[in-house]
Amino acid sequence: MRFSYQWLKQWVQLDIDVFDLAEKLTASGLEADQVLPVAAPFSGICVAEIISCEAHPDADKLTLCQVDAGDGDHLQVVCGAPNAAAGMKIPFAKVGAELGEGFKIKKAKLRGIESFGMACSAKELGLSDDHSGLMALADDAPLGMDFREYLGLDDFSVDLELTLNRGDCLGIRGLAQDVSASCKSVFTPLEIRAVKPAIDDQLDILLEDEEGCPRYAGRVIRGVDVGAATPLWMVESLRRCGVRSISVVVDVSNFVMLELGQPMHAFDLDALQGGIVVRRGRSDEKLVLLDDKEIDINEKLLTICDSKGPVALAGIMGGLATGVTELSKNVFLESAWFEPSIISGRARALGLHTDASHRFERGVDPARQVEAIERMTGLLMDIAGGEPGPVTVAESPGNLPQQKPVSLRLERLNRVLGSSLGADEVSGILKSLGMETDENSDGWSVKAPSGRFDIEIEEDLIEEVARIHGYDALPASLPAGEIRLGTSSEGQIELTRLRESMCAAGYHEAINYSFVDRSLLETLKLDEYVLPLANPISTDMDVMRTSLLPGLLRSLSRNTRRQQERVRLFETGVVFLQGEKLDEIDRIAAVACGSAKPEQWGTTGRALDFFDLKRDIQSLLDLRGDTGSSEFTHAEYAWLHPGQSAAVSVDQGLIGWAGAIHPGILAQLDIRLPVLAFELDLYGLLKREILYAKNISQFPSVRRDLAFLVPDGVIYQQVRDCVAEIAGELLANLLIFDVYTGQNVEKGYKSLAIGLILQDVSCTLTDEVVDSLMLKVIRALESGLNAQHRG
Amino acid sequence: MESVDNIVMQARTEVAECDNLQRLDELRVHYLGKKGKVTTLLKTLGDIEAEKRRAIGQAVNAAKTELANLIVLKKAHLEALLLEEKLATEKIDVSLPGRGEARGGLHPVTIAMQRIIDLFARLGFDVATGPEVEDDYYNFESLNFPAHHPARAMHDTFYFGDGRLLRTHTSPVQIREMLKLGAPIRIIAPGKVYRSDYDQTHTPMFHQVEGLLVGEQVAMSDLKGLLREFVNAFFETSMAMRFRPSYFPFTEPSAEVDVGWDKGDGSEPGWLEILGCGMVHPNVLKACNVDPEKYIGYAFGMGVERLAMLRYGVKDLRQFFDNDLQFLRQFH
Repeated sequence: MRFSYQWLKQWVQLDIDVFDLAEKLTASGLEADQVLPVAAPFSGICVAEIISCEAHPDADKLTLCQVDAGDGDHLQVVCGAPNAAAGMKIPFAKVGAELGEGFKIKKAKLRGIESFGMACSAKELGLSDDHSGLMALADDAPLGMDFREYLGLDDFSVDLELTLNRGDCLGIRGLAQDVSASCKSVFTPLEIRAVKPAIDDQLDILLEDEEGCPRYAGRVIRGVDVGAATPLWMVESLRRCGVRSISVVVDVSNFVMLELGQPMHAFDLDALQGGIVVRRGRSDEKLVLLDDKEIDINEKLLTICDSKGPVALAGIMGGLATGVTELSKNVFLESAWFEPSIISGRARALGLHTDASHRFERGVDPARQVEAIERMTGLLMDIAGGEPGPVTVAESPGNLPQQKPVSLRLERLNRVLGSSLGADEVSGILKSLGMETDENSDGWSVKAPSGRFDIEIEEDLIEEVARIHGYDALPASLPAGEIRLGTSSEGQIELTRLRESMCAAGYHEAINYSFVDRSLLETLKLDEYVLPLANPISTDMDVMRTSLLPGLLRSLSRNTRRQQERVRLFETGVVFLQGEKLDEIDRIAAVACGSAKPEQWGTTGRALDFFDLKRDIQSLLDLRGDTGSSEFTHAEYAWLHPGQSAAVSVDQGLIGWAGAIHPGILAQLDIRLPVLAFELDLYGLLKREILYAKNISQFPSVRRDLAFLVPDGVIYQQVRDCVAEIAGELLANLLIFDVYTGQNVEKGYKSLAIGLILQDVSCTLTDEVVDSLMLKVIRALESGLNAQHRG
Repeated sequence: MESVDNIVMQARTEVAECDNLQRLDELRVHYLGKKGKVTTLLKTLGDIEAEKRRAIGQAVNAAKTELANLIVLKKAHLEALLLEEKLATEKIDVSLPGRGEARGGLHPVTIAMQRIIDLFARLGFDVATGPEVEDDYYNFESLNFPAHHPARAMHDTFYFGDGRLLRTHTSPVQIREMLKLGAPIRIIAPGKVYRSDYDQTHTPMFHQVEGLLVGEQVAMSDLKGLLREFVNAFFETSMAMRFRPSYFPFTEPSAEVDVGWDKGDGSEPGWLEILGCGMVHPNVLKACNVDPEKYIGYAFGMGVERLAMLRYGVKDLRQFFDNDLQFLRQFH
């Protein structure tokens, strides 16, 4: 809502400047976004009259004018405007006038003829886009008067960012009421007099939907001069509120809407057939609106109809066929009250947003329909003449909102606010807002003015008092109450520790959108449990992610395309799996490509492989303390290289997968480097046993190495299990320090070299014990895994 | 027999001239070894007549001690020289970069979010989370959004077409937690939220942190004090702040908090909105079976991206979700 400071001042006595007012407004909950001067800082322009006007002897398009600027002299001025005419009142820039940006009017010679000043167009003064000719002032404009003073141009437009609950401030009247409270000034509402009917004509009004439209006021005015010029003062008032002048009927209805907050509509009386019916639309009806668009009517829409069908969308926009045109002579004015919930959302659903729908959605003062129609009649007749009929009001009083008294307890108010306001202060604030207060034993029974839709319960009144008193004036304290330690479970690993572990391993944290491209999920074959959005913001964000992988791959490829050779990204977040019911699962995932370590001096680089990634996963698993309970087993996934993929489990429960992304998929995504990735459920990963310290041995440990061949099909896990079973408690640690195939190794076999660290908790191990144990280990490997001992 | 004095004189010269450890050891053997000159002298003491034996014995022992000391000192000296030489060859260029993995980093939104959580955790706020796919009841109705109210239109909501939607704010967590735990309650709820809006200053997904405190001795003045404390702690400086009346369906009275902010581009410092808050609306308490006469509550919500942008000087919101390593590498 944009309003003019001077206009507001006609409704409330203000003795503060506009900037202080803006601060007061913001502090009272009506956020003033910006304050703009309504005119450029020009000076030296005055009201003048063109005395005579003749053709320039040497130029077709120029005229030679004699101008009276009020000081008796006739100034010779060369003018290029086509509408210059003797007797016209104009804004005139005298020699020495400044039009801003250093543009100073000087004596000039145009085609050989001297010119002493400039006759101005509205565009030159920044007052409109109209540059078709000189700005015509009213005939009674006082000669010589400073133009700024004449139009009151030392005014400001103030933009308000109103919250949804303050529809009452969408008009100068309501705004003035609120300002009178926050600025402690006197509210001076305009007295609006009824206009006596000159004719008897009226239209029948039938409220078929009394709930949707409990009041409809209408009036016939015959013989309106729809071509009459809107007076400059009104054009200016509208302009300062951000509304363009269109024609006199539209301008006057907009003026009344801005002033009283009541949207008005004018029909061409002669285009209406029969009386007015307010009813719900029917699905077989159509209506072409004033903006030339045809819409399909439905039962949800409230319509204004004549005997033939809909002529306007109630509270949103009028119809084209019944609108006032330059040929109209007789008009029918509408000033109605529509139930907010029947307007709300309807305009939006049609892709419309109008000044009327904006106001009706938020609630218009239900007490002012007749006042507004009288105001409009008065203004219209002053400007464009006409003979008014009587005001016809159709209403259903039971369906009009009634302000119920709301009780306010002083003690409660101070308890909620933490304040110590006195009774006088509180009742003073309420009264200044136009509320009726009835004092009782612990406070008041309060009735809000009819335009306030936001006062329903005690808290609403507490807010009113608080905002007028000023939030900044409320005390500030710190929360009191019992201090508790809160909950903290060691059986749950903090997510931050996982994140830190990933950072230490060289990964950067990414955050991707939770919605992804369905086709990407299809490519990855991760689309089985997909949950699609009904209204995606774009087709590449049309379904909820079922995995963190697609987002991370997108981010990885974006980086590789920006010359990043080595990318390591991880993400934590929710994935959405829609089965019979929806599962939202917290996960951690990572992608990596490029060299195993950042390129560096002194070491030869090598490409990243599965086991680098596995180390990073193991660092996460290590946080659980007991690494023995986690397992990597070969498993195939559609998006992974079939030979380099693993299922990851802890405590026999599957928590995710790890592996190299399938080269076919990388090719489809145009990623040229091999990519390793993993994704794990946080639920299993973050759970752990509380740590419990074991006795550590005081006796020396012994290391024995073994090298042997095993058939290719034997996996390390089998070797581990075999050794562990034989060595039992004596095995303090088992290392594998070589895996080799190739020269000197029989085809179909691989050579493994392992180291056993043996230690007893109760004695020093003797060579005999160790030797015999090693023999048993070798036997077991030979018999169990077909191993051939090499040394 | 050589005299002790001669032996000592010669040994002094030879030790002094000696320039390597091997030669020094030879000298030690030559003079002090089992068959060394001084040792030999000592062995022959028995042959000397008794009256001279004592004096000569003393002289030989003195010579032995002196030579042993000379050799030890010389050895230390030569070793020091050798070490010096060795160290000189081992000099490295310490300006070369270290080897191994380079540290990655946390996302700035995570950093800011964690900081917010940690600050409130100090005041006893427990972290609570809730689902991101919600329904109309938790996201709107229980939070006192009337059906068809324009406030719903202000939340550009993503729907699934079956009544479910993506939560537009973290406020549903208030409801779920109060239904679970009742009052009094003190929680902080961080998480992702979604609105169908995409331009310079909006992304369809962003992060909020919601706070809720309900108790018997609770007032709006506490909310003011708490948020003032929080803002100053978050930015580590005393900020200019203002509380402005505002409107949210689920709080009454409602407020927005602005901080004074100098954009650093030479323009006038202005007010910048950083969070919304208010006293929990009685209808919300009632929806959670909490008696609004007995309990009073306040709630606040902040956009994490906004705070991260201010704190870390990020100019373009969309950078947060581009995951460009050039951007991410600035955060650790």
